[in-house]
Amino acid sequence: MKTIAISELNRLFEAISGGRKLYIPAEDGAGQAKFTPWRDGLKLTDKLNTVRSAKDLFFPQVENLVNFKVTGKQIEIIENRDISEPFAVFGVRGCDCRSFDILDRVFLSDPVDTYYQTRRENGLVITLACTRPAETCFCGTFGIDPASPGGDVTCWMEGDALYWQANTEKGKALTAELPMLRDCGEEAVETQKTRIRGALEKLPLRDLDLTGFDGEHMQTLFRSEKWAELSESCLGCGTCTFVCPTCQCYDVQEFNTGTEVKRFRCWDSCMYSDFTQMSAGQPRPTQKERFRQRFMHKLVYFPSNNHGIYGCVGCGRCLQKCPIHMNIVKVARTLKEEMK
Amino acid sequence: MRPDPLIPMLGVVTAIRTDTPDVKTFRVTGVDGKKPFVHIPGQCAMLSIPGVGEALFSITSSPTEDYLDFSIKKCGCVTAWLHQMEVGQQITIRGPYGNGFPVDTELAGKDLLFIAGGIGLAPLHSVINYCRHYRDRYGSIDIVYGSRSKADLVDFPEITDEWCREEGIRVHLTIDNAQPDWDGHVGFVPNFVKELNFDTSKTVLMCGPPIMIKFTLAGLMELGFSREQIYTTMELRMKCALGKCGRCNIGNKYVCKDGPVFRFDQLDQLPDEY
Repeated sequence: MKTIAISELNRLFEAISGGRKLYIPAEDGAGQAKFTPWRDGLKLTDKLNTVRSAKDLFFPQVENLVNFKVTGKQIEIIENRDISEPFAVFGVRGCDCRSFDILDRVFLSDPVDTYYQTRRENGLVITLACTRPAETCFCGTFGIDPASPGGDVTCWMEGDALYWQANTEKGKALTAELPMLRDCGEEAVETQKTRIRGALEKLPLRDLDLTGFDGEHMQTLFRSEKWAELSESCLGCGTCTFVCPTCQCYDVQEFNTGTEVKRFRCWDSCMYSDFTQMSAGQPRPTQKERFRQRFMHKLVYFPSNNHGIYGCVGCGRCLQKCPIHMNIVKVARTLKEEMK
Repeated sequence: MRPDPLIPMLGVVTAIRTDTPDVKTFRVTGVDGKKPFVHIPGQCAMLSIPGVGEALFSITSSPTEDYLDFSIKKCGCVTAWLHQMEVGQQITIRGPYGNGFPVDTELAGKDLLFIAGGIGLAPLHSVINYCRHYRDRYGSIDIVYGSRSKADLVDFPEITDEWCREEGIRVHLTIDNAQPDWDGHVGFVPNFVKELNFDTSKTVLMCGPPIMIKFTLAGLMELGFSREQIYTTMELRMKCALGKCGRCNIGNKYVCKDGPVFRFDQLDQLPDEY
């Protein structure tokens, strides 16, 4: 365990950013927290979490795949992927940190997505324990411990000190670059962990239980008549998918620059009708089918293919952002009744 | 740079055959004249014209040929572009994708019944010619193929000149409505299949429009076939064909990766979304 005074954070960030680009959660002009490239004096937000998740850094909203030059009947393939450089992201919460494990299962499974893989290799994750979990938090449902969030390095902020614990080889190598970190005891951190775990016990969503949401009940859950009422007010805006740390569906699109055709990928949403639209027809004709797909994927399909791991980390962003106040907790609780 | 499965290779269209008023068959090789890759009958490939788009097509030719054929119906942006291009056009290609039909395992030694409607012949065409190439590995072959009209039967010359003349292969053609130059069967595929009253020991491979699949399946059930002996191949919108872009799932299976070939008993385990 290492420590540094919070008043020295700017010096720590400067040292980390020496060998790589550093992102920290900071507030923009509107007071919204987002992972922002560190610059001298940039202030760490005291907000619990960023509006958008840390997945942006590994799976950006838009990225170049390849370019083509078309001349008559000839095509030239031009490598054009965005250059990925070493980077570190500080202040990742336990929920977002677990989302990387879920994204890994998609992008690093055969055949490997090398765009994501390169960013994962280049990226260093420095997590920060949650001292003030919000009432929309339910990471405990997924066995995530926000008092000990993991990543390459785990940090705790307690009193006027930051505590630093390297977890991986990457994290240890970074620690060796940072002489300003001093050795210290673990008492303060242990006290904080106990306090955080006590706070978790009082969260309103602590009792959300997903037992039974697995492949075995796929048909029952899919056929539930509850989907109609649950999805009735859904606007299909896709906000839930865009703020979600585990949503990874993407579209591949092209843009003609005038001299070349740029093929890029961008986030997509199963909440949109265009997602499955074919010239032969629309297999998910109403918002009910699209809504059902999103929650069935996270709660049933993904775990049935991934040893019971759900496609949700309980970060609560969709609870905070949905304009009609629908969310995965309401869906899970309503459907739970169906399995009785 | 690392090679990525999303980055295609170049192909050249070396021949274009007009099959029907809205179906053409495109022969594709690599720029070196060789086959871009070896596939299993029933597998698919992503074809694209940069600036127009990329789409998934089943491979029509048998893996025993030294080229790839794609029979493509004109029905959207990419297909419309493909239909107006000329021989010598370069395109991009990546694949092969999907599981394909189990030609060397579950289908080996079986009496096979192929049932196709319209452009649904495309993926079965690959299997049929593969089975013809390795004729001694399979039992009898029956092919039921139906289309709107005689002019809509894809690759009619190959069917009449080769398939119909080959020993051990029975071809049963039907068109939706009678027409002067047609002395064959008239009527829809599902009823025709029932009329032909096939022996239930056969293994069925079926592809066609959803409405044909639905009623033919019911007809086969009436004849006494079980769902374990009927295979079909699915089609849904795809972007990656790698099981990652997230849009071609039926329940917890991705059509691009776990399919497109499924047995009906396997489909019964999945949500009835399509």
